[in-house]
Amino acid sequence: MRTQIISLFAAALLVTACSSKPTETATNTGGGTATTATAPAKTGPVPGSAEDFVVNVGDRVFFGFDRFDLTPEATATLDRQAAWLKQYPQVTVSVEGHADERGTREYNLALGERRANAVKNYLTALGVEGARVEVISYGKEKPAVLGSNEAAWAQNRRGVTVIK
Amino acid sequence: MLALSPMLRLGRTLVAALALLLPGVALVPTARAELRLDLYKGNQQPLPIAVTTFTADNPQAAATGQSITSVISANLERSGLFRPLDPKTFLQTPEQLRASPLPRFADWRVIQAQALVTGTVSNLPDGRIRIEFRLFDVNAGQQMTGLAYNVQPDGWRRAAHIISDAIYKRITGEDGYFDTRVVYIAESGPATQRVKRLAIMDQDGENNRFLTDGRVLVLTPRFSPSTQEITYLSYFNNRPRVYLFNIDTGRQEVLGDFPGMTFAPRFSPDGNRVLMSLAQNGNTDIYSLDLRTRRQTRLTDNPSIDTAPSFSPDGSKITFESDRGGTQQIYTMNADGSDVKRITFDKGRYGTPVWSPRGDLIAFTRIFEGRFYIGVIRPDGTGERMLAEAFHAEGPTWAPNGRVLMYFKERPSGDGGRQRTAKLFSIDLTGFNERQVLTPTDASDPAWSPLIP
Repeated sequence: MRTQIISLFAAALLVTACSSKPTETATNTGGGTATTATAPAKTGPVPGSAEDFVVNVGDRVFFGFDRFDLTPEATATLDRQAAWLKQYPQVTVSVEGHADERGTREYNLALGERRANAVKNYLTALGVEGARVEVISYGKEKPAVLGSNEAAWAQNRRGVTVIK
Repeated sequence: MLALSPMLRLGRTLVAALALLLPGVALVPTARAELRLDLYKGNQQPLPIAVTTFTADNPQAAATGQSITSVISANLERSGLFRPLDPKTFLQTPEQLRASPLPRFADWRVIQAQALVTGTVSNLPDGRIRIEFRLFDVNAGQQMTGLAYNVQPDGWRRAAHIISDAIYKRITGEDGYFDTRVVYIAESGPATQRVKRLAIMDQDGENNRFLTDGRVLVLTPRFSPSTQEITYLSYFNNRPRVYLFNIDTGRQEVLGDFPGMTFAPRFSPDGNRVLMSLAQNGNTDIYSLDLRTRRQTRLTDNPSIDTAPSFSPDGSKITFESDRGGTQQIYTMNADGSDVKRITFDKGRYGTPVWSPRGDLIAFTRIFEGRFYIGVIRPDGTGERMLAEAFHAEGPTWAPNGRVLMYFKERPSGDGGRQRTAKLFSIDLTGFNERQVLTPTDASDPAWSPLIP
């Protein structure tokens, strides 16, 4: 509930900022996500909010084909996630494990669970309380990106830390 | 939430007063070999069969007779084993057939029919209808079988399936699979926001019903041997667990009390147990839940993914997939978890093993060099062969006679190939006669019922 209120507040701030400085938002197109592109350069998400986590920390890590070990890029992201979670100890998260579409349904459910736990284990090893981190596997049921090519599949093999 | 038709609740009691119809006249036995289709030959020519319109003495019963004829003809044609002849070529009319105790076999030989089906529909005083049919061997000039069924008027469709099964069995020597249903996942919406609903239909795609409303993700439904219950995976309250769904009552309940995600459920052949996987702390093992005692038994204990368990028809063994050897492969073990043996060794990955109701084969999904295959292998690991191949094909399920497999295929479609189409297909064990199974929406995860009790 608390984080929802924060989110609403952050959204209200963005709207205000956008309406007062429309020209600034247009210049901020540094190849980021849609969220960063529309966010004004000077204000940004409220610290401790879900937006803050997504934009300034990074909510997801990616895995190799049929793998659940963490790459150096993934551990760098998770280092930032752990530090952020320790900074905001009231926040709990759910780690979603996902697979690409090039596997069978049951295997991918199990693989997603492995990936979610790989993320959870890394975060808890860095001192985040295990009770704050839930895991859920969606297998191949919720692709983030459409497409039948390696680039799309690579983005779908992911662990996503979702602020609850 | 549920809109069940009365058809779903009817058992075999629907078809009461089964009577054997004897030939109308005494027939002289002939020496020629009886009409027979050998299911174990490869791509043999389908048998030409004349399915004549079931006649009646009033328009309503005549309409029912026409519908019964269509269902029988479509069933036999779809099997790939029969070629129903065009009724326009028939020399003897249904009315003439009805008026005489025996067909004029010469008229049917002329159009090269090898088998002939005749039938009638009549009204009974108690409001039910009586459906009679006879099957003739045209060349031998003999009746092969004749049966009568007294059913409620809305029971005609099931009677047509039961008659189709009787024809199939009399000519092939094996049980049919037409009086069956399929439970599956109905899909709709874009690939990133797919809506999935539990659905059930007759094997020919008729009587489709949606059993859940799509608000909760559901996957991998499987029939109980009684065909009255379904076990499946539901994400209700974001807690993925194996559920039991009673088709009669619409009641749903979580199966077992497990500390993590449970999935990949399947009934034992006697219906008393459900196998499933439990994923916990990054490890997936196989468990058995006794539905009477609710006792949970762990069957595998390995730091790998052990999932997709399926019992042998005698209940003595289980096949499953595991990546304990480095990649996803198929194994067998005893029902108590002992004597684990790997049975797939070829290139690629193997999953979703499902034991044939005949016990002689295990069907699987294989992934090799970016393509998906549906194949079969003997339980001892010999005789592996591929039946179907696609960009994506997955999840075979057996017809109850172990002669036909159903599975789903996905392919890129729409939005520059960024969306997905999913459809059900069936194929004969010989690898021939692949057919799309028509569904009202996109469809995946089919499970074929046993013959309806």
